[in-house]
Amino acid sequence: MRILRNRKTLVGLILLAVFVFVGVFGPTLAPYPPLELVGKPWESPSSAHWFGTTQEGYDVWSQFLNGARSILIVSFLSGVIATALSVIIGVAAGYFGGLADNFLSMLANIFLVLPALPFLIVINSYLPAGNKASTALMAAIISVTGWAWGARVLRSQTLSLRKRDFVDASGIIGERAWRIILFEIVPNLVPVIAASFLFTTLYAMGTYVALTFVGAVDVNSPWSWGSMLFWSQSDQAAESGGWVWFAAPGIAVALLGTALALLNFGIDEFINPRLRAAGLTRKGLRQAGLGRRSTLGLTPVVRRTAAAAAAPADPTVIVEETV
Amino acid sequence: MYVLARRLVFYAVTAYVAITVNFFLPHMMPGDPVETMIASTGGQLDSRSVEALKAQFGVGTGQSLWSQYWHYWGQLFQGDLGISISKYPSTVAQTIGSALWWTVILVGTATVLSFIFGTLIGALVGWRRGSVLDSVLPVATFFQAIPYFFLATVLLYLFAEKSHIFPNADFKSYDTNNYVIGWNPGFLGSAISHALLPALTIVIASIAGWIVGMRNMMVTTMDEDYVLVAQAKGLPKGRVIYYAARNAVLPSISSFANALSFVVAGSLLTELVFSYQGIGSLLLSAVQSEDYPLIQGIFLIITFAVLAANLFADTVYVLLDPRTRQEA
Amino acid sequence: MNAPVLEISDLSVDYGFGPDAVHAVADATLTLRSGEVLGLAGESGSGKSTLAYAVTRLLREPGVITGGSAVFHGDDGPRDLFEMDGEEIRALRWSQISVVFQSAMNSLNPVFTVGNQLTDVLRAHRRGMSRSERRARAAELLDMVGITEDRLRSFPHELSGGMRQRVMIAMALALEPRVLVMDEPTTALDVVTQREILQELGGLRERLGFAVLFITHDLSLLVELADSIAVMYAGRIVEHAPAEALFRTPRHPYTEGLLNSFPALHGERVVMTGIPGSPPDLRGLPAGCSFNPRCAHAVDACKETAPRLLPISWEPAEPRRAACLLQTDGFQAPASLTRTGLRAEEIGSTR
Repeated sequence: MRILRNRKTLVGLILLAVFVFVGVFGPTLAPYPPLELVGKPWESPSSAHWFGTTQEGYDVWSQFLNGARSILIVSFLSGVIATALSVIIGVAAGYFGGLADNFLSMLANIFLVLPALPFLIVINSYLPAGNKASTALMAAIISVTGWAWGARVLRSQTLSLRKRDFVDASGIIGERAWRIILFEIVPNLVPVIAASFLFTTLYAMGTYVALTFVGAVDVNSPWSWGSMLFWSQSDQAAESGGWVWFAAPGIAVALLGTALALLNFGIDEFINPRLRAAGLTRKGLRQAGLGRRSTLGLTPVVRRTAAAAAAPADPTVIVEETV
Repeated sequence: MYVLARRLVFYAVTAYVAITVNFFLPHMMPGDPVETMIASTGGQLDSRSVEALKAQFGVGTGQSLWSQYWHYWGQLFQGDLGISISKYPSTVAQTIGSALWWTVILVGTATVLSFIFGTLIGALVGWRRGSVLDSVLPVATFFQAIPYFFLATVLLYLFAEKSHIFPNADFKSYDTNNYVIGWNPGFLGSAISHALLPALTIVIASIAGWIVGMRNMMVTTMDEDYVLVAQAKGLPKGRVIYYAARNAVLPSISSFANALSFVVAGSLLTELVFSYQGIGSLLLSAVQSEDYPLIQGIFLIITFAVLAANLFADTVYVLLDPRTRQEA
Repeated sequence: MNAPVLEISDLSVDYGFGPDAVHAVADATLTLRSGEVLGLAGESGSGKSTLAYAVTRLLREPGVITGGSAVFHGDDGPRDLFEMDGEEIRALRWSQISVVFQSAMNSLNPVFTVGNQLTDVLRAHRRGMSRSERRARAAELLDMVGITEDRLRSFPHELSGGMRQRVMIAMALALEPRVLVMDEPTTALDVVTQREILQELGGLRERLGFAVLFITHDLSLLVELADSIAVMYAGRIVEHAPAEALFRTPRHPYTEGLLNSFPALHGERVVMTGIPGSPPDLRGLPAGCSFNPRCAHAVDACKETAPRLLPISWEPAEPRRAACLLQTDGFQAPASLTRTGLRAEEIGSTR
């Protein structure tokens, strides 16, 4: 597929695959459970404990391996729920218009403007202690704040699609609304939905880690990189020499986020062809002897070589597509 | 102006929703809110404060939920956000008031700087497409993916604790031992030096969004004929970029709403790491001490602040895009 | 004949680079004379816009100029536009060569006022003018195209289509250039407005004396407007002649086909012939003459040799050229392509 040719997308996919691997097999591969006393406090990285130990004497490497799963589950589950919501609400608003549109748009805008993290902190603080540990509930709550952006984008896309002739034609031959939506409109929205899904997943991940770090959700169960960050922060890991304990999960979160963002980049460029490098790539320009990319408003002049010019009137040129 | 009026109505509705949710949330959770609060302080509230809390939450007074709701609104309009449990006997309003300014100055300045530099850089990167500047994008993306608090911790460690370049190792927002709050240079100097690292954190973590957004819009705008016309007119290059950027920046302004939500989230965490005594730290300590009135009060204030900022952004947008001024 | 103001020789323009490049314009040679209107006609994809934008170095990516020269006779004497650097081109842009783009709605910046867009060129090229002088000049320009002064404060979306196009023309004449390149300026307008604008243009030309390179797909427009016409097909100029001569006595089969595609408003009803087939894909042009698959008069030689733009072999004194083998030595052109000096009525195909 053409998407895969994009270097950014490829890197993103590989990174993501690594993390999914850790998420699936991490807990099995970890030598110890995350909260089991297995060594002296604040041990440096060694062959016994690859990442050293925490202030309590837990194995950091095991903590790290156990940390991916819940993050991935919550992020992707939240992404799925939020994207589903945004598709339903956004497409309905765009397609049906009128009062439904006004109401749904208002709803989306409210959720967009409402500051998400404080809102989630407030909700979580009211939850009874037991519920704070449920991954599914977490995902559901986070997705409540994550669907609005996608809904807005899908609504405007649906609006412009709806005006297109092929939708009109379906209506004229008597297709029912839900069939038109499902079979004519949604297939055209797939790239946008994909981008929205990635973006929402990224947002959910960041929010979940933030909530854990802050202590608004149960910090010990399920164990996540956010938990590591919480504990390393409160135990002053950086100052006490346990820098791996706080650096590893942070970098991991950043890399996972980057992976998702790169994938998003790739899809963005696929959706908006103007963003793709068109025609003259840097390599081609260098071959032509031009310094850098031509600027807008100054068409470059490149003389054909003498050899090529020697066959002046030969219009039998069959070439392949440029872009 | 019609457009602005509509936005104002929308913000009013949002505020209403926030207030209503704020009111109903404690009542939706299992248990009696006041009992929970009493328990969390270990039963150390005197009977008068318990009465006050019960009045605020309308518990046990035999009032229907609706009249409690109206009562809540009445209190709000009087500026009464309740009494803080953890900072008893200070009211919520007082507690928030002392912390609010710190946050507004820090977050406000950082966000404005991030937006300005982000859009400028984005415009340049978009203009000089295909040059070395393009490599700015993946770097910026990586920094944006780093959680705010992680970046904050790294910066804190490197610049404050290890090397003492910045004074934030004392975990305050200014040097409380030597200076008093006021318009004196000692205090101001100390406040600024304490604010630089947190502000830097916010800027670094949020600038990527502006850069990428502006760059994408710039590339799309450069395809427009009027940019080519500007070149055809032989206008100086800076002017042409300005012509394009002036159009390209509009979506960034309108997406300010979304962006602000992220910045607020990030600032909360940054304040936590630096123990900066703003609203963020206050909210988090309120959560940890289960100080519900304070939690609710802060949430409301943050929401109102965000709405106000959005209204400001909307006004700027209307000023910059003459097409919106057409009477519908 | 007037002195030449723009001489284009052997211009070749590609899209893309290397073996995959598409040859949008090949070996084009044209001369625009001072004060004259040169019409450039052809179908979509024939390369006419590409040619015009390439000459002014305004062609967008991935356009590349791969050969030829464009000598402009400006205030500093003859200079090849392809040998100039960015700053030199910038200086002569608009002050000596200006462009009227096709769609005025997209060509006017939506966030700036009309007045602003008229005065910015004055600010860029006429440093000495004061603000009030610029404003006065802008008002004068609007008046020239029949728009009231209060419109200086309007934004583009507040104007009608015809008004926007007039603003574009006024803007293009702000510095009184020698050459005006107009890319299908009236295509998006209704016929009534079209006529008004063309008439205004004629009046302005008489007053200010600029030359016009007028690009259009509508050959009939050029009849009254142009002094000479060049017809393009598949990236090449296939015929170039004075307007009336081209119209009455075409020398290239493509021109003949085009002329036969217009119904006359008056006269007898005739069977429309048109041109069979469709324009070729520039990536896979036919061997020999690009037009030969659709040509009613093609012979075997046409499939092997590509004709060059040359004077007509049997009337070499006439100031016209055609790229057709049948008009060269050793061939006999058909009767329809060898007419001479007939009056309009006998053809009955003018509008």
